[in-house]
Amino acid sequence: MSDKKPKRREFLFTATYAVGAVGVGAVVWPLVDQMNPDASVKALASTEVDVSSVQPGNTITVLWRGKPVFIRRRTPDEIAEAKSVKMEDLIHPEKDEDRAKDPEWLVMLGVCTHLGCVPLNDKGDYDGWFCPCHGSHYDTSGRIRKGPAPLNMEVPKYEFVNANTIKIG
Amino acid sequence: MKNFLNLLSILILLFFTTTHSNSAETAKFLKTDWSFKGLFGKFDRGSLQRGYQVYTEVCASCHSMKYLSYRNLGEKGGPEFSEAEVKAIAASFEVNDGPNADGEMFVRPAKLSDKFVMPYENVKAAQAANGGAYPPDMSVLVKARGGGVDYIYSLLQGYDAVPAGITLDDGVYYNKYMYGNKIKMAAPLSEGIIEYGDGTEATVEQMSKDVTTFLMWAAEPHLETRHQMGFKAILYLIILTILVYFSMKKIWSRVESEV
Amino acid sequence: MSDHDYTPTSKVGKWFNDRLPLLSLANHLTDYPTPKNLNYWWTFGGILTFCLITQIVTGLTLAMHYIAHADMAFESVEHIMRDVNYGWLIRYIHANGASMFFLAVYIHIFRSLFYGSYKSPREIIWIIGIIIYLLMMAAAFMGYVLPWGQMSFWGATVITNLFSAIPLVGEGIVTWLWGGYSVDNPTLTRFFTLHYLIPFLILGLVVLHIWALHVPGNNNPVGIDIKKPSKDTVPFHPYIVIKDGFALLMFMIVFAFFVFYSPNILGHADNYIEANPMVTPAHIVPEWYLLPFYAILRSVPDKLLGVVAMLSAILILAALPWLDTSKIRSAVFRPLYKQFYWILVADVLILGYMGAMPAEGLYLLIARVATAYYFLHFLVVLPVLGFKEKTLPVPLSITEPVLGGSPNLAAARNKESFDK
Repeated sequence: MSDKKPKRREFLFTATYAVGAVGVGAVVWPLVDQMNPDASVKALASTEVDVSSVQPGNTITVLWRGKPVFIRRRTPDEIAEAKSVKMEDLIHPEKDEDRAKDPEWLVMLGVCTHLGCVPLNDKGDYDGWFCPCHGSHYDTSGRIRKGPAPLNMEVPKYEFVNANTIKIG
Repeated sequence: MKNFLNLLSILILLFFTTTHSNSAETAKFLKTDWSFKGLFGKFDRGSLQRGYQVYTEVCASCHSMKYLSYRNLGEKGGPEFSEAEVKAIAASFEVNDGPNADGEMFVRPAKLSDKFVMPYENVKAAQAANGGAYPPDMSVLVKARGGGVDYIYSLLQGYDAVPAGITLDDGVYYNKYMYGNKIKMAAPLSEGIIEYGDGTEATVEQMSKDVTTFLMWAAEPHLETRHQMGFKAILYLIILTILVYFSMKKIWSRVESEV
Repeated sequence: MSDHDYTPTSKVGKWFNDRLPLLSLANHLTDYPTPKNLNYWWTFGGILTFCLITQIVTGLTLAMHYIAHADMAFESVEHIMRDVNYGWLIRYIHANGASMFFLAVYIHIFRSLFYGSYKSPREIIWIIGIIIYLLMMAAAFMGYVLPWGQMSFWGATVITNLFSAIPLVGEGIVTWLWGGYSVDNPTLTRFFTLHYLIPFLILGLVVLHIWALHVPGNNNPVGIDIKKPSKDTVPFHPYIVIKDGFALLMFMIVFAFFVFYSPNILGHADNYIEANPMVTPAHIVPEWYLLPFYAILRSVPDKLLGVVAMLSAILILAALPWLDTSKIRSAVFRPLYKQFYWILVADVLILGYMGAMPAEGLYLLIARVATAYYFLHFLVVLPVLGFKEKTLPVPLSITEPVLGGSPNLAAARNKESFDK
């Protein structure tokens, strides 16, 4: 047999395998992707909250993507206190202005970064939140100050779509 | 092999000469070109948007479409209203929500994620308001009727004068294409009953076609994707089949005598 | 088995194989001697395996989103069709896949009927096949109930009501099946569980089916026994693998046309109407693949006897290896049997057509004649034919007919023997 024949045979088989592999991939993808969030879940990926009734010093809790979100309208004292903390004193150093673009409004996931319990409002040694599960204390910026939690409460993506409405997510 | 082919052709003949019609009296459906039929069928966006208008202004007062969400109106493959338009459409409807912090149910404007608001609270309320007949939900109506889009299109235009010798009860109307010829819905469309936003003349035929197109999309929102994917899938399979065929011939050539 | 001679090439392979002989199994399947004259009717076994895997995989992914509750089932299916990523595709593959599965199984069964694959020594393979077929029908029937449309509900009502025909215990059995006083939520939830279970039972039986096949080896179009391995056989890989692959791709093209361009044509429009216990559809019909049995059921005016007739129609197949008395396997050499075979095919197709029609007037008459003929074929024609038929001489080996050998046995004997 001449040298050409094996080469052509090999090419045909290689081409067949390659084309076949593409097909296998195309079949596998939908089977994997169907487990990703579906359209109805993605539609609830962001939520709009009317905050017009929230007075300074008060906090509301809303549900977003199945988790609680604290929205607190801070008093000038709380804001001042948050800004005066030195970075070296923080377990998880973060500036208050990086956490609250508009200092009057604090928006964060009400989930303790230790093991996921929901911290209690207006409790604890730092005028912020206290997690009763294992004793984590958060300050007026939602930052961890004392206790086993490693990180500050997470600030999700949010924006004011108008003066009264915050869109989270 | 010959016997098999003979049998197959007799069967195919049998199958196609006996059409699956439900009753002897229903006439053949009106025919029109549907842009979404065929291998490369697509929806006419304008028709879908006009159809939505007909649905909302004429049909939605009695017929729910409970499996659709407002966001569907902006998604690819459908009427493709802009996000602002869809938000406005949604906001024009009110939905029940709650309980709120006081434990009370309340009413709020609909959001994109909400399902289409239903005209009646439940099926019984719908029946009570319509002389005992339930106006069927339209989410999959086109697939729920044997004649499909041709049937719905014809029915909307099939309110002929009652032929001699047929008496109808109160609240029952004659329709040429309805199974049994009696229908409890009065003719829903009449010339100029709505004014199309894009200026198209609102004849009964035009509205029938537009709303039927809209109903087809409502029942099969992924139709265009399905057609496009189908074309690619079958083309791919044909290519792979050809490659495998030649591979097969190559391999079997090693066998000295094929039977 | 002679496969004990196989030794894996790598040391790790040998270590593993000594403990669990999977590599030996793979080697056996690869080298398995297959008759080289198999035609395309033999590719449907592989196609059926593909169908089973497809149904299991699509079914599993659908089950991640489906809700088996009467109040939510229909809506959950619409949720899959509209919101779940590629949900519409997976659902349509699963629904049309069931039809393709039955199309393939009918071709597979009729191939067996034509070539005598059910005859000794393959009786057990055949009987396992019938059990698989029964389980397929049960799975398909229950699967069709799950979307909770009008046909789902009323089909379930009609078929479960059949059990009331059993004397004395019938009513009790029906209540037990329903879990209530009519088809309702308890019925749906248990049907979902059983529908999920049965494909895995089928999978186990398929393993037994193939195992039993590998003892005598495949039948072939000429129906004669062949030695394996020999000049008459080829190793399964790559010869049969590639041929099955080619046939499978052709099958997939047909499948794709249904899924992408006519996904609802084999179904019934009424199943897109939510189940309503107060309103019965004008015509209750099962899916096309159950139509012949539906026709037989309705042919008999008595409820119990109708059920008996329907079940007998399937169970009589189990007796086939003994009802068919002919010593010759393949219809190629049985000219009279061949004619009766095609009449049977026509008869089954007629029964199917009648199953879709209302059970009255001319339709009912034809269904009755076709039902009677069906039983006549198995109970009278086959036994008699075995004795009376003058069969054609069967070749000595499978390569003989191709070489232009004389169909005359005596002349064939003079030729060089191809046996090893």
